[in-house]
Amino acid sequence: MSRLRLIALLALALALLSPGRSHAAGEIPPLPEQDWSFSGIFGTYDPQTLQRGFLVYKQVCASCHAMDLLAYRHLEALGYSEEQVRAIASQYTVMDGPDDTGEMFERPARPSDRFVSPFPNEQAARAANGGALPPDMSVLAQARTGGPDYIYALLIGYTDPPPDMDLMAGMHYNEYFPGHQIAMPNMLTDGGVSYADGTEATVDQQAYDVAAFLMWAAEPHLDARKQMGVKVVLFLVVFTGLMYAVKRKVWADVH
Amino acid sequence: MAQGLAESHYSNPTIRWIDSRLPIFTMMHKEYGEYPAPKNFNYFWNFGALAMVVLLVMIVTGIFLAMHYTAHVDHAFNSVEAIMRDVNYGWLMRYIHMNGASMFFIVIYIHVFRGLYYGSYKQPRELLWMLGVVILLLMIMTAFLGYVLPWGQMSFWAATVITNLFSAIPLVGESIVTWLWGGFSVDNPTLNRFFALHYLLPFVIVGVVFLHVAALHITGSNNPLGIEPKSKRDTLPFHPYYTIKDMFGLGVFLIFWAMFVFFAPNYLGHPDNYIPADPLVTPPHIVPEWYFLPFYAILRAVPDKLFGVILLFGAIVVLFFLPWLDTSKVRSTRFRPVYKWFFWLFVVDCVVLGYCGAMPAEGIWLVLSQLGTIYYFGFFLVIMPLVGKFERPRPLPASISEPVLPQSGGGPLPAGATAKPMEKA
Repeated sequence: MSRLRLIALLALALALLSPGRSHAAGEIPPLPEQDWSFSGIFGTYDPQTLQRGFLVYKQVCASCHAMDLLAYRHLEALGYSEEQVRAIASQYTVMDGPDDTGEMFERPARPSDRFVSPFPNEQAARAANGGALPPDMSVLAQARTGGPDYIYALLIGYTDPPPDMDLMAGMHYNEYFPGHQIAMPNMLTDGGVSYADGTEATVDQQAYDVAAFLMWAAEPHLDARKQMGVKVVLFLVVFTGLMYAVKRKVWADVH
Repeated sequence: MAQGLAESHYSNPTIRWIDSRLPIFTMMHKEYGEYPAPKNFNYFWNFGALAMVVLLVMIVTGIFLAMHYTAHVDHAFNSVEAIMRDVNYGWLMRYIHMNGASMFFIVIYIHVFRGLYYGSYKQPRELLWMLGVVILLLMIMTAFLGYVLPWGQMSFWAATVITNLFSAIPLVGESIVTWLWGGFSVDNPTLNRFFALHYLLPFVIVGVVFLHVAALHITGSNNPLGIEPKSKRDTLPFHPYYTIKDMFGLGVFLIFWAMFVFFAPNYLGHPDNYIPADPLVTPPHIVPEWYFLPFYAILRAVPDKLFGVILLFGAIVVLFFLPWLDTSKVRSTRFRPVYKWFFWLFVVDCVVLGYCGAMPAEGIWLVLSQLGTIYYFGFFLVIMPLVGKFERPRPLPASISEPVLPQSGGGPLPAGATAKPMEKA
């Protein structure tokens, strides 16, 4: 009895103490939870969604948000061929050098190059955005409570401010942003991008796709991790079962 | 046998040659083969072995991580991300290590509460217990140092908050903090020394664990009844009985660990630590990892910084004095009808303190932290000495083998049984 009680208490402690729940939510409404292809034990990324999400990033987000940790070659994980990745990379220009004469020179990006940043430095980024710094989005989906659900909610969360609220100059009202005042304007519009696979590019769809893409960017090995996890746990269950059987046998003569 | 050589029972000539000059085979056989362990261990006695396994896994994964980690404020965050992205199975090493810290504390806390419940700290195991408290202290330091290394927001601000605690020391506090930092703020020298110490301390832990096990094998293990084995009937050789039981327990534990590593690797972490450290931006809530939350609540329970820091350290230091604070001669709480309630209240208290530690230190949470802190210290400093004096323990069984057949229920006691407390506990 007391053993069970202790275990129950410890489990309770663990559940209650998870830091994710420790935030005082304020007046932020609960995040609308989305159905992601990568949730759950067997969940994996859907390459079509990720490709659409990448398109949204490339055409909308990338004008302000860098993704320093990603290289163009990583995009092959989205189902692009080597040729396609080469073509995507070549749309960007990087500074290279010095060459044999000691000069820096510009050249088209290669698959091995990191995503080219929209601004040369933080000051330039702030100057172009009214003093606000658009965060690097490489691990954004892990750096926010709620992850992709939060990113999706934020992108569809632009509404009119309540009448009694004074928005600061250059700020925008967003239901899901802590404090509700966000420097980023609503960037998504219906039909703002056109998807190659014919999916209708509603704001909802774009928000969903780009949130999934950012999750992949933050956690590119998620598929491999879960697949290995299933094998590891299956192995451990069999192993533990065997150990239990042997234990029973060894202990059979003890009274 | 040649003079000066140890006696060896091994027939293999190579093993015999080594063993008679350095009897490690004989020692291993004696300490892990024949070691007579009480036969009535329950599964709470698995956790020492589990802790040993976690320690080894942490060291192995840690060494591989160190091969790819860069201890520099400009590169630390990105080098961890490079491990996650570009190093082969780097994500696996890092998630095992990251969650391993939590697993280590889960295992150790259960191990400590087991010792507390069954009185494993009492004569003659005082030093064994105190070495355990030293290990706990070293673990706390190691975990804190390690949490700083990824150089995320929580890393940086945890380092700032915790090192600043030392500034509460009168007169020399500020100088000590500057000395700890290696500068005038948490910066590159701080990160560098934290990495060096985080790499060093686990090996110190290994050393103290060795002493812990050595001390254990002098006194022998305690058991759920808290009475010493009286004859060979009461014990079993460690191998195969407890090696196989530990293997089964290990399997269950590894499944638990794997569920976190593979399916919820960031569940126990804090999202803010995926934001690179920024000395100019303070996170809205600076919260330590879950395993420090009860101590964090104690720290914040009093308005005075110095007093808070004294209580924080006192919460651990008090454990050293447990063998002398507990005046009861009966080890196992099973036979202590009054103490039992205080014990479970203490467990609840630790959970409540942990919850308060995650909440802002205001309103009801502050009051609860204060009540929790009072009970935490009251339990050790007042309740333990007094209950031991006034409580009338239930009669102890004559031997470990005896109560196996007639399982002791809560039935009426034979006349006179309560009047005669245990002999030598």
